[in-house]
Amino acid sequence: MGKASGFIEFNREAPRRRSTNDRIKDWREFYESWTDGQARNQGARCMNCALPFCHKGCPLGNLIPDWNDLVYKGRWKEAIESLQSTNNFPEFTGRICPAPCEVSCVLAINQEPVAIEHIEKVVADKAFDEGWIRPEPPYQRTGKRVAIVGSGPAGLAAAQQLNRAGHWVTVFERDETIGGLLALGIPNFKLEKHLVERRVAIMAAEGVEFKTNAHVGVNYPTSDLKRDFDAICIAGGSTLPRTLDIPGSDLVGVHLAMEYLTQQNRVDAGQIIPSHERITANGKQVIIIGGGDTGSDCLGTARRQGADTIYQLEILPEPPHSRGPGNPWPQWSIILRTSHAHEEGSIREFGVLTKSFFGSGGRLSKLQGIRLDWGPPDVMGRSVMQEIAGSEFEIDTQLVLLAMGFVCPDPRGMIADLEVQLDARGNVETSGNKMTTIPGIFAAGDMSRGQSLVVWAIAEGRQAAFGIDQYLMGSSNLPTVDLKGWA
Amino acid sequence: MVTGVGDGPVGLYRPEFEHDACGVGVVAHVDGVKSHRIIEEAVKVLMSLSHRGATGSDPLTGDGAGILIQMPDTFLREEALLLGINLPPIGDYGVGMIFLPRDPQQQETCERICEEVVRNEGQIVLGWRDVPTNSSNIGKSSRDLQPVIRQLFVSKGNQITQLGQFERKLYVIRKVIEQMVLDSGVDQLGEFYVNTLSSNKIVYKGLLMGTQLSDFYLDLQAPKLASSFAMVHSRFSTNTLGSWKLAHPYRFIVHNGEINTLRGNINWMVARQGSMSSSLFGNDIKKLFPVITAGASDTASIDNAIELLINTGRPIQQVMAMLIPEATGARVGMSQSKRDFYDYHACLMEPWDGPALIAFTDGTRIGAILDRNGLRPFRYLVTTDGLCVMASEAGVLQIPPQNVLYKSRIEPGRMFLIDPERGGIIDDETIKNDLSTANPYGEWLEANLMELGDLSDTGTSTETDGIRLKELQRMFGYTQEELTMLMEPMAAGGSEPVGSMGNDTPLAVLSDRPQSVFSYFKQLFAQVTNPPLDAIREELVTSLSVTLGSEQNLFEERAEHARQLKIESPVLTNGDLEKIKNLNLPSLKCATLSTVYRISSGSGGLNLAIDELCRKATDVVSRGSSIIILSDRDIDKDHVAIPILLATGAVHHHLIREGTRTRTGLVVESGEPREIAHYALLIGYGAGAVNPYLVYATLDDLNSRGAFGSNGSRVDDYQQNYLKAAQKGLLKIISKMGISTIQSYRGAQIFEAVGLSQGLVDQYFTWTPTRIGGIGLEVIESDILHFHSEAYSERSQLTDVELNNGGVYYWRRNGEYHMWNPDTVAKLQFASQMNDKKSYDEFAVLANDYERNLCTLRGLLSFKNAESPIALEEVEPVDKIVKRLATGAISLGAIGREAHETLAIAMNRIGARSNSGEGGEDYRRYSPNENGDRRHSAIKQVASGRFGVTTNYLVNASDLQIKMAQGSKPGEGGQLPGHKVDDYIGWVRNSTPGVELISPPPHHDIYSIEDLAQLIYDLKNVNSSARVHVKLVSEVGVGTIAAGVSKAHADVVLISGDSGGTGASPESSIKHAGLPWELGIAETQQVLVRNDLRGRIVVQADGQLKTGRDVAIACLLGAEEFGIATAALVTLGCIMLRKCHLNTCSVGIATQDPELRKHFSGRPESVINYFYFIAEEFREIMAQMGFRTVNEMVGRVDRLDSREVLSHWKAKGVDLSGLLHWTDVSSLVATYCCESQDHSLGGVLDQELIKKSEQALKHQKTVSYEMPIRNFNRTVGAMLSGELAKKYGETGLPEDTINVEFCGSAGQSFGAFLAKGITFTLKGDSNDYFGKGLSGGKLIVLPPEGSTFKAEESIIIGNVSLYGATGGESFIRGLAGERFCVRNSGAYTVVEGVGDHGCEYMTAGRVVVLGPVGRNFAAGMSGGIAYVLDETGIFDQNCNPDMVELEPVVEMGDVVELRTLIQKHYEYTGSESARKILSSWKQMQAKFVKVYPRDYKKVIEARKQQRLESGRGG
Repeated sequence: MGKASGFIEFNREAPRRRSTNDRIKDWREFYESWTDGQARNQGARCMNCALPFCHKGCPLGNLIPDWNDLVYKGRWKEAIESLQSTNNFPEFTGRICPAPCEVSCVLAINQEPVAIEHIEKVVADKAFDEGWIRPEPPYQRTGKRVAIVGSGPAGLAAAQQLNRAGHWVTVFERDETIGGLLALGIPNFKLEKHLVERRVAIMAAEGVEFKTNAHVGVNYPTSDLKRDFDAICIAGGSTLPRTLDIPGSDLVGVHLAMEYLTQQNRVDAGQIIPSHERITANGKQVIIIGGGDTGSDCLGTARRQGADTIYQLEILPEPPHSRGPGNPWPQWSIILRTSHAHEEGSIREFGVLTKSFFGSGGRLSKLQGIRLDWGPPDVMGRSVMQEIAGSEFEIDTQLVLLAMGFVCPDPRGMIADLEVQLDARGNVETSGNKMTTIPGIFAAGDMSRGQSLVVWAIAEGRQAAFGIDQYLMGSSNLPTVDLKGWA
Repeated sequence: MVTGVGDGPVGLYRPEFEHDACGVGVVAHVDGVKSHRIIEEAVKVLMSLSHRGATGSDPLTGDGAGILIQMPDTFLREEALLLGINLPPIGDYGVGMIFLPRDPQQQETCERICEEVVRNEGQIVLGWRDVPTNSSNIGKSSRDLQPVIRQLFVSKGNQITQLGQFERKLYVIRKVIEQMVLDSGVDQLGEFYVNTLSSNKIVYKGLLMGTQLSDFYLDLQAPKLASSFAMVHSRFSTNTLGSWKLAHPYRFIVHNGEINTLRGNINWMVARQGSMSSSLFGNDIKKLFPVITAGASDTASIDNAIELLINTGRPIQQVMAMLIPEATGARVGMSQSKRDFYDYHACLMEPWDGPALIAFTDGTRIGAILDRNGLRPFRYLVTTDGLCVMASEAGVLQIPPQNVLYKSRIEPGRMFLIDPERGGIIDDETIKNDLSTANPYGEWLEANLMELGDLSDTGTSTETDGIRLKELQRMFGYTQEELTMLMEPMAAGGSEPVGSMGNDTPLAVLSDRPQSVFSYFKQLFAQVTNPPLDAIREELVTSLSVTLGSEQNLFEERAEHARQLKIESPVLTNGDLEKIKNLNLPSLKCATLSTVYRISSGSGGLNLAIDELCRKATDVVSRGSSIIILSDRDIDKDHVAIPILLATGAVHHHLIREGTRTRTGLVVESGEPREIAHYALLIGYGAGAVNPYLVYATLDDLNSRGAFGSNGSRVDDYQQNYLKAAQKGLLKIISKMGISTIQSYRGAQIFEAVGLSQGLVDQYFTWTPTRIGGIGLEVIESDILHFHSEAYSERSQLTDVELNNGGVYYWRRNGEYHMWNPDTVAKLQFASQMNDKKSYDEFAVLANDYERNLCTLRGLLSFKNAESPIALEEVEPVDKIVKRLATGAISLGAIGREAHETLAIAMNRIGARSNSGEGGEDYRRYSPNENGDRRHSAIKQVASGRFGVTTNYLVNASDLQIKMAQGSKPGEGGQLPGHKVDDYIGWVRNSTPGVELISPPPHHDIYSIEDLAQLIYDLKNVNSSARVHVKLVSEVGVGTIAAGVSKAHADVVLISGDSGGTGASPESSIKHAGLPWELGIAETQQVLVRNDLRGRIVVQADGQLKTGRDVAIACLLGAEEFGIATAALVTLGCIMLRKCHLNTCSVGIATQDPELRKHFSGRPESVINYFYFIAEEFREIMAQMGFRTVNEMVGRVDRLDSREVLSHWKAKGVDLSGLLHWTDVSSLVATYCCESQDHSLGGVLDQELIKKSEQALKHQKTVSYEMPIRNFNRTVGAMLSGELAKKYGETGLPEDTINVEFCGSAGQSFGAFLAKGITFTLKGDSNDYFGKGLSGGKLIVLPPEGSTFKAEESIIIGNVSLYGATGGESFIRGLAGERFCVRNSGAYTVVEGVGDHGCEYMTAGRVVVLGPVGRNFAAGMSGGIAYVLDETGIFDQNCNPDMVELEPVVEMGDVVELRTLIQKHYEYTGSESARKILSSWKQMQAKFVKVYPRDYKKVIEARKQQRLESGRGG
């Protein structure tokens, strides 16, 4: 275990964020790097709890106390071995995970938790620097072929696991780049794209085949999949966005967040976007609707594009600054979180409902909203909202970004072709081993779980790989993941 | 209700775990003059030892008493004549004293067998005599069981020509008779028993009380009955399934103690039979087998062994020295010839190890021996008219002081002998000197015994490469956490890893994960009937060395017997093993047998492989291999290995059955063992040494990865550290059972199996108790195949890198299941802190979710609900039920003040009980808070350390709990590291802040059941209104002990499960010792009810109780009160960090760090909410089952179902019928506690003292008076002190307010807990536990007026004086026994000499010793100062230097202090020694040595420095 008294001796310390002035001028990662010593001190803070709530809180079940200790002791190589035993892509989760592990860390009961995510990042980065992470093709091939549809974190994790188990794996990606949201959804300042490319290259070298621009059910016949592969894993994400059906939502200047973010990522990757298609916040008064992580990504992007003023509107009331009485540790803390993007400047409004957009000449010019009163929660813990009469307000704006999340995968196309059953929320229904109602067809990630975190996607992919391996071979030595989370 | 003996196991009861203890006495004439007076005096001795015996539910039925005397020739000759029998001259006839069946038919058959055998053996039957008895005054149950008692007269046949030949023949005859009666099956109730069949001695005994013996046997009253010695015994057995034949004396001995290694000794004896031959017996030898009668008690068994060895021609004193050898460790000073004697005999036979005081006789000589630990008292005196009186207590006969020549005691390891033919009393030195020069033992050893260390290195050893390492690790089921949590700490720090908060993983048989065979065994441990030892502080009595090789004929004594290999420690390095493998001498030849077999042999292959292995073993033994190495080195892709424990047990028992086991030593070379518990098991099942090669390879690998420092460490360092840790751990495991040497632990099978089928145990682990059945070979086979497949997975390489984590110690998602997991902790905290019933229900569902996680035995049980449940309102109210709950014992020190007081407040608010734990209590907590909350602990613990156990502490309790053992580390002591002893803790515990505190493994006033009764009596005297608890830990036989506890008049017996425990403990103890409470509670209920002892004692259960369901199961199995500790801490915020031992509890509970304690956020309401949830859930179950009250539910096992677990692949073999055994008793027998114990406090001397001290107690006036005293006046002063403390609290009365002068021999615990203001002067002497717990009072002892013996050379007080004293003064003119001032934490005392282990574990106070000091002085002494007069300059040899420094007495403060104390001593006692010292003070001062504990010195010096500095500043 770290150092017995480590948490008493050392305070939590995360890598410094580059100064806002500096970092909004480019698209590079917003953190400064960390020294080994700093990482080791943070590792020392870990108490190696007998009940590691962090390990429970991590969807992947990362063996956090184990590698914290190894980092503290400077046994980096064993640390990456331990980390990789549960996590295929620590270089991603070390950067873009909201770190439920840290919320569950027992130090968080009465002090600052261990900086787990940063330690993870350092371990992963060091492992790449040292050349410890390299292609690991399987000893032998089973001859079985598996198709993975979707190259997001769920698809990639499933692919890597299955490939290592000896199956021939082909990954189909509808877009031009491998990585799904990792590549196109998440801005560079959070996850630089060369990291994704590096991982894809390793997987390709291990023997995974990637097919881009292959939109199954659209430009690639679903029936070919069924014909050519012994098992299929669909991991196409949750693609139908939640929209606002209010007056003015068709005005020019009202965009979906994903439309906006992917375009910027393409620009960063060197693609030329015709100017009439270009969505930019430069010099504009921007309003982001939705207070979540995607909203925050839009915020950081708009700031870097040179936006003038940026508002972020959230329908729910402002959460408390510390845990409320009914929200004790180790539950996910419902508190006001300030991301790096918020630091970069924005006006956050809580408990507001957007009523309509106004424009002139088909172009957006104004948002009209109203403030809400959220009543006390009912027995089920749900509050009922009520508009406050006379609290209407207006904000001038030239760009509105809708970051309100996704509803479910698109039921048409591939899903319809495969005839898999959907659950009540429109996600693909699966068993514990991620098999759909059609034998041999598995589903993983947001497509099955509904929109969620990257760590959940990886976990889903790993579990699907186990299910597929077992389905193909009768038994499997691949590790399993408990996908239930807290009881 | 008394059932006859001969019963086999019933339910969970196992007759072989019966225990007894007793009072022992010998009266002898030193010149061998026979008289009837000897017998009269012996009978008197028996009467005054009656408090050491016991009675059961029938107050007139004793546990047994008896007497052994020489053949009373004159008397019997006359008696025989009356029957028309003319006895030949003495020596030419033998008398059989025989118990015969009551059934006339059976009696006749038995008699016919006796006569037939006598004739067949060529001797002459002279006739029978009815032994006249008077059974009118004995108890009913005793009378009901009384056998027909007759004497058989046998005359010598004419073939008998040699000396001793007739006695040997009588021995043969008896053995043959016993066997024939057994074989005939005629003796249906097991009544037949030959007490003695001898030409020189006779035993009269029976199921009697000591006071009844001479009334019953009319012969004993006959003036013509004469002997020159008599040996008497009064028995206290743990239960009342009484029996006439179990009374002592046996044929050669009386015994006070236990033979802990009995099972092994018996097995080895059986094994030896194959090589026994003797010209003395010729063909008769086979008739002696089995040498040890099957099913006999430990005493009867050792008696059998003594009988055999005496008949080999060895004198009895040699036999005794062989069986119960002295300690010969490096720290023990002894002559080389004596050492040689013991070393030689170690090649012949392992010690019969355990606490033993044995008085013995061969008919002429009579003597006594005390084992190396000296845990039983034996005092003696010699009178001017040649009488020697020896007994467990002083003062058993009233002898005028002027007639006493001298008084003494038998010291640990020493022997005492009266041999009239050699001039009377022979001292130990002479005896041993004679023995060790009888043969050239030294030369024999020199020429024959090989020492492993002396063999030269072979330079070869097998190394393991990286890939192979991973394979092997997987094949043997290594896990990542074993590497980091067990092996790394052992190799880095040289000590066993420590954990906290108990065990919450499933029993091996209920786990879904594959298990090693090791994990099905639990270590047994000593509790109550024999003490565990302290292998650290009393290391000198221990030994790890073993001999390997072929044993020779026990009947001979030749140089060849020493042809063995001696190994200093049983864990071998690779180099060591190579040396053994390369041995190739005619006498020492080694064969290696591979334990692997082809995986392709498929299902059933394991069974065949074991058979094959056994066959090979037979083969190599027959070809002369004297060492067999069982090796699994050849394991690979195509081969699996027989689990090594299975292989070892199988070969061991196979060779025993073959009678060839002693021809060879067993050595294990295996990749499987890695934990300390594994080594213990392998040795316990017969291995002489173990080479864990994979451990070494793993350590090398860890080292290469920087585990022992980034630059790596030397192999010698980490490997040696690991070995050191293993050795220390092994010693600890054996000492838990009270065993001192590995040699006698080998093959002793001190384990209980849990989850192994009876068939499997019978075959491979014969005689090991396994009470719930379980798996057979097929499951073991499937587990090893599973491990094998993990090691050789062909497809996946993801698993290549890391070993499976395991999750057995610390929870991991893919690891072993833990009952405490993040979900259950989070739910329980939410429920209790928010008072949210819904959340509690969810918690209970998770905790009770036995569908998915079998985990515990209770998980296999379900309720039989009533056909029509009753309404919840009809069930007794919840407020009443919560009063049956208690929190567990958690000491202040283990947890912080805030948490400790919060628990107390919570319990006091709801009328339940909190437990102080071992650590005293701040007396300010006895007054309520402003808001009315009371912070005191209702239950106050009295544990082995006696920290803060003052009179005031004892009187402020509603319950007093004697902690015999604790669930997480039964049989072990405790340690509070210095960093947890802050000013406050130090003050409460009467110790020095910053100095480590040690709790000894045993209570030094409880070495036996009668000692426990004595402590209960002590506590009752101090505080008669408090219930006295005895806390035990579940293991096989705990029910039997509980019966003894009930008979010892405890009010409550607490049975703790193995899995609980909130304190810090070694991991091997947390995981491998103790059994689930389900077994313990059920066995306790069964035995108590069966003996009709249940009605007078409350049974409490604890150990990981979490829910109302758990409580309901405990109740149905037999408990009526329930303790909850871990879960209560969880409601206060404990998150199971399991870091209690590190003082770094981040939620401020288990820490003394003031900063961390600020984080404590627990509230009493949370605990209360939780306890009400439990009680409500319990009530719901009661309603469903139709019980209105808890009492009617207690013990209703008929309402439990052993659930359908047949579907579980492993648990399906489990059979809970023993657990659910229903004891069918009449309605007159209580099944729950419904009456209180009779503590017989009415007639105690203190009642009179209190009356006479009224003026002092009421008006603080000075009173003085005199009082005669006898040895049966026990615990004098305690009740008086209790009264005083109740009135005057901590401060007491002014010095010398109450003055009492006693005259006579005081009983045990004289002056116990004597409070401040009381002064006792005793003119006479005193027994054990003098001044126990002295709390401020003053004790003065001096010889009686008129005595002529030299006071400074005579023993005057017994063993374990001033144990746990917290204050006061004591002046002793004379010598004290062993363990003087153990755990003294404040008393000032002067004594004129002490036995072994003086001042052990002392933490404060002053001890001045003016005379001789025994061995191991100041072991574990961490505070206070001793001044020892060292006139001969050898004190340093007797002092244990581990924790103290020896300095001259030069500092002014010290000189003044010492002189003042001696001055006082002189004034109070008139001591001659003191006078001499004072009269030449200048010279004498220089001869004093100051014994100064090192840590204490540091703290004191630092304080002095501080004072100096602050003085300068001010």
